[in-house]
Parts: sequence; C-alpha cells; structure tokens
Amino acid sequence: MTALQKKSENPVAHLSAQDVEDIGRRLDAIRQEVADSRGAADAAYIRKVIDVQRKIELASRAVLLLSKFPPAWFVGTAGLSVAKILENMEIGHNILHGQWDWMRDPKIHSTTWEWDMASPAEQWKHSHNELHHTYTNVIGKDNDLGYGIMRVDEDQKWIPLYLLQPLWNFVNACFFEYGIAAYDLELGKNLATPERRADPGFRARGKAVLRKIRKQATKDYVVHPLLSGPSFLPTLTANFVANVVRNVWSHSVIMCGHFPEGVETYEKTSIEGETRGEWYLRQMLGSANISGSKAMHVMTGNLSHQVEHHLFPDLPSNRYAEIAPKVRAIFDEYGLRYHTASLPRQVGSAWHKVFRLSLPNGWMAATTPKNAPQQVAKLVQLTTAKPKVRRAMQREWEQAATAA
Amino acid sequence: MTTSVPRRPGLRARLGDRVLSLVEAATTPLLPTDYLDVFAPLRSGADLRGRVVEIRPETADAATLVIRPGRGWREHTPGQYVRLGVDVDGVRQWRAYSVTSDRTRTDGCLTVTVKAIPDGVVSNHLVREMRPGTVVQLDRATGDFTLPQERPEKALFVTAGSGITPVMGMLRNHLDELGDVVLVHSAPRREDVVFGAELRELAAAGGLRLVERHTGTDGLLKPAELAELVPDLAERTTWACGPVGMLEALEEHWAAEGIAERLVTERFRPRVLVTGEGGTVTFGKTGTTVEADGATPILDAAEAAGVLMPSGCRMGICYGCVLPLREGAVRDLRNGELTTAAPGDGVLVQTCVSAAAGPCDIDH
Repeated sequence: MTALQKKSENPVAHLSAQDVEDIGRRLDAIRQEVADSRGAADAAYIRKVIDVQRKIELASRAVLLLSKFPPAWFVGTAGLSVAKILENMEIGHNILHGQWDWMRDPKIHSTTWEWDMASPAEQWKHSHNELHHTYTNVIGKDNDLGYGIMRVDEDQKWIPLYLLQPLWNFVNACFFEYGIAAYDLELGKNLATPERRADPGFRARGKAVLRKIRKQATKDYVVHPLLSGPSFLPTLTANFVANVVRNVWSHSVIMCGHFPEGVETYEKTSIEGETRGEWYLRQMLGSANISGSKAMHVMTGNLSHQVEHHLFPDLPSNRYAEIAPKVRAIFDEYGLRYHTASLPRQVGSAWHKVFRLSLPNGWMAATTPKNAPQQVAKLVQLTTAKPKVRRAMQREWEQAATAA
Repeated sequence: MTTSVPRRPGLRARLGDRVLSLVEAATTPLLPTDYLDVFAPLRSGADLRGRVVEIRPETADAATLVIRPGRGWREHTPGQYVRLGVDVDGVRQWRAYSVTSDRTRTDGCLTVTVKAIPDGVVSNHLVREMRPGTVVQLDRATGDFTLPQERPEKALFVTAGSGITPVMGMLRNHLDELGDVVLVHSAPRREDVVFGAELRELAAAGGLRLVERHTGTDGLLKPAELAELVPDLAERTTWACGPVGMLEALEEHWAAEGIAERLVTERFRPRVLVTGEGGTVTFGKTGTTVEADGATPILDAAEAAGVLMPSGCRMGICYGCVLPLREGAVRDLRNGELTTAAPGDGVLVQTCVSAAAGPCDIDH
C-alpha cells in the first residue's frame, strides 16, 4: 500500500469538501437512528451470547476432564476454541468498546469488564479504542498497521530481514494475544533506552501484563490440567490448541479489517485539522469487510462489518448487519469503493500483501514463471550484497519498474 | 482500655478461602459467581436479585408485584422501601418502592405496589409491561418511615395516591398492635383508591376509621379540613406520605400547632426548590467530562453521558448514589444548600439531588 496522498489516482479526488461533509451528516443520521432504537431486544442479544458462551465453555472444560480419550479431546478442544473466540470477539472486544454501556448493567460494562487475553482490558482500551480507532491507518500513528514489526508499505525501506516477515507474521498469528499485549505496552519503543525501561508508568503496566499472563497461563496450563487428573497432559495440549486456534482466528479477522490489498493508508500530516466528515471518509476507505454467513459474522465479533464498526465503534455489534446496506448506499452514491469479499479472499489478499512487501518493491510484479530463476538469483544477490550496493541495486530496479 | 487480640480465622474459613482462590484461578478473568449466575441467579451469596412471580392489578394504573427474593434477602420492617433495579428498554433503572407485604406470608415472597405516574419510565413499565418470571435487581429494605417499638395509643395516617403503600405495609402487619387508628386517604376517584376494597373491609371490621377523600369531586385536602375530620389529631402520632405539596402543607400546620415532632413524613419525589449554577463535572476514574446545567442532577447528567453511576431512589433519601466530591461545589436541589470541597476533602454528595455549582471533580 502507498499512502493515499502519494497515489497517482486519488480515490477521493472527485469529492468536494461539501460532499465530504454531506457524507458525514448522513452517517451521523444513521448512527443516531441506531442509538435511538437500542432497546430490550439488543440487551437480550448480548445476554444470550454471554449465556451461550459460558455454557459452551463450561461444557467443553467438563468434557476435557476426560481428554485422554481422543473423541473427548477433539470435542472439548473444538468447543473451547469456539468459546474462547466468542469471548474475545463478539463479547470482549465489543463490550470493551462501550457498545453495551448504555444498558447501565455493571456486569456488562466497558469499565468493569475483563477478558481472556494477555493484554489487560485497561491497556488494550487505550491502545485500541483511543489510538487505533482515532488514527486508523495513519502511517506512524496507527500501530495496528504493524509497521513496528513488519514492512507494510512500499515507502518503508526494504532490508533483507523482511524476507522472513511471512514466517514472522505466522508466528505472530499463533501467539497473537501476546503480540497484542506487547504492542499495547509499546514494548519495542519502551525497551529501547534505559530511561524508558525505568519509567515507572511503563514498569507498572508491564507488571500488570505479566500478572495477567501468569493468571491466564495458570488457568489453562496448571489448574484445569490438574483438575483433569490422569488427563493432565491432554487437557494441557487441548487448552494450548484452543488458545492458538483463537489467536490465529482473531489475527486473521483483524488482518482482513485493514490489510487486504486496496485498503487505503494515510500520511501523518493528512489528518491535521481533519473534520468529522474527513474522519468518516478515512474510516470508510481504510477498512474492509468480510462477507459470509450469520455464524461467521458472530464468530468475527461482527468485525466482518469492519467498515460499519470503524464508522460507529460504539454501536452494538448486532446492529451492524442492519445498517450495512444504508452505509453501502452512501459509498455507491459518492463513487467510493466499499471493500468487501469472502473470508478466504480477504485472508488471501492480506497474506499476498505480506509476501509482496517482504520482497523489494517491484519484485513480485516483475516475476513470471518464466523469469523466476533469474529473479530469484537477483534476489539472492541483493540479499547478500553490502548495504550500499544493495541500495544502488534497488534504485536501479525501481527505476526500471517505473520506466516499464 | 481493653485490647482485643485479632482471632485467627477458623480452619473452615481458611479452607473455604483456599478452595475459593483455587476456583477463582480456574475461572479468571471472570469470577466463579459469573458462571453460577448463569444457572442460579437467586442463590445465596449472589448479588441480591428477585424473580417476579405474579403481577396483580390494583387499579387502572396501579399493580402489585409479587417478588421471590434471592437468598440474601433480610426481612423488612413494615413501612420501609426497597430499591428495585429493572431493565426498561434494555437500560437498567433503579427506583425505590415501599414494601407492602404481610410478613407472615408463607411463600417467602415480598410485594411492592406501583402506581404508574405520567411519563414514569419505570412505573409504567412495571404496571403495564412487566411479565412474571422476570429477574429484577434488589437491595435490602431500608428507611425510617416505620412504627416505633412502643406502638402509639392513637395513630393517624394521612396518605394520598401511592402514598398509601408504606402505610398499607404497616397496617397489614401491625394493625392489631395499634389502638385507635384513623386513616385519611386521598385519591381522585373511588375507583382510584389503591387497596380500596381491603381498606374498606378493615374499616367495616372495626380495625380502623377510614376517611376517603375523592379529590376529583372534593378537591385537595387542606390541613384545616383535616383538623375538622380528625379533631384529636394533636393527640395522635401521625405518619404522612404523598405528594410534596400535601406534605409541606401538613408540616407547616403541625409546626404552627407546635407538634412538629408528632409528624413523620415520607417523600417519594424530591422537591426541587432551586437550581445550581451548572458547570463541568469531571469523573476522574472513568475519565469522563460532562457539561451539566444547574437544574439537572449530576446523576442524570452523568448517565446521559454514559457514565455507569451508582443510583437508588433518585429522590435524595436512600444514599445509594453517594459519591465523593474531590473538589468543586454542588448545590442541593431540594434546599439550595451549597456544598464545597477542597482538594483531598472527598465530601460525600448525593448525586441524585445535587447539581453542579461550578466545576466539580467527582471521585468515580
């Protein structure tokens, strides 16, 4: 991706300032309509989901007490994976967004909720609700883009280490909850200097994360295995697998939200003095939806309606499906691209980008089955060359690509 | 001076703590109660809740709710009220209602009687929409509008509208312990009298003297008329419950007669006398800032802004909404009294009857 401001064809160039503000007003109206009609049916929905999730979890953990029998292991692991996914996605993520605060139920409230995840709710709310949702897709501001650990933009300088980023992305997917905790802590930045490492605020937050991780690990890897007695080891592996399944699933869903090819990113300076209409526009073009069944929507925590979620992060998730056609109508009317595709396509597209950017700019586009051996040879040459030589080679390469 | 050596907790208690922390380790980040609530919301040890088992219409706009309380319920003293948390259109709302039940009920249920008031979000919901089986949040009964241990020889009850409810609680439980009882009750029409049939029966049986005042035809009861109806009211201990206007008139009259200490009143709604100046209210812990005007209780302003507030009767009696004011000034909407707090004071204020009088910092 290249920041929208640097693209030769700007997808919003045809909109006047008035158009942008009109879009904002119409989206505000959609928001108000839902806010005004929140009621008993919505409350019943979230209570039902919580109820079902707890029953699935209890049943799965009960089945896992006998996990030394393979069928019990499989059923229990599958059930626990589903329960953990529901808990993180449709329940935890959305409650922590304040989507259900209007119910004034202290048991289902963003200020009191804690979730089954390495990052404590308090820290995640800050980095997610405040930073990611405010600075969505702004390069250098939105950590969710992943530039801290990956090359996610053509303008980011390529170094040979990035060749490993598909592998790194996969590892991050498997242990995603720890990745999230690390980035809520801004671990990379805060471990960089002795002063930052010694900062009392950082240390307190770090301790809170470690405490949370210890509790989570004790639950899944000590207490429940011990309760299983002779099934100690199978229960431990079952819990591990359920955590990995949940991590890979949520990583995939989140990659689909902002990472597929064609989703726009923004330069830091572009959001200075941004109006509400412009903020909406950035969310519209910076998010991608996943199409699919009702069950898929629930399992993604309705983040399959990423566009609607980013426009209205605090509206109850069960209402996104209902407003999606109205939102889409606005896209169509103003000639904007409503980014939506099936789950396999979006995941594929996001991974395509991970691979593409792991390689030097232009390499993938220039490679065909016929010239593949030469291209690989060039890549090896580039990787092993000294930095100065490498940079010169890359420049040459890019110029060739532009000329072509 | 005596010193007490702190006793080590018993073996059972220590064992219980161990087991509890083990169970907590198995349910973290949730608590064991979160799972138990799925199956047994009324069990002992749970947050106090109740299940509505029956709704009995009393008049066209009043109904009695029969509620089976959870195990944590403690028996009420007749005349007291209970705070009820009800989800109306999905939103948790708390209100206080007088307990009207006979304590000798064998089914362990309690009753409250609710009169739908115009535009009353909760009262209309309870009277018209509530269905048996619904679980409501409860608090233990509280309130000082009760009979003294030493029952008065002669008692007078002056009530109007739903003001009969706490008195009905007293009559159902203690009428035979009272000597001479007069009840003067006002309602717009005969058919609007809540518990009308029961009261008339009690009167017919000679348990009390009932004076029904139908304000639709007779007009509002004035203290002077009351003195005519009950010539010996100065000799009686009087309990009054009803609209603010009536209570104020009675209080004035009793004070003028020099017998103010013989009158006990119970208000169902705050009387708003003044407005504050308004101001910016900051909730430090939740990180929310609210612009509140001088006529809006801080509680209402905060809830409108999405802050999860403790709340109760919403009329300044139950203290369920009290929060520390860290700094700033608030004005009591009932009497205009100004409460100020300097940093570190943490003065407790009732948010349901206090409006901002300048910038306020509330510890919540």
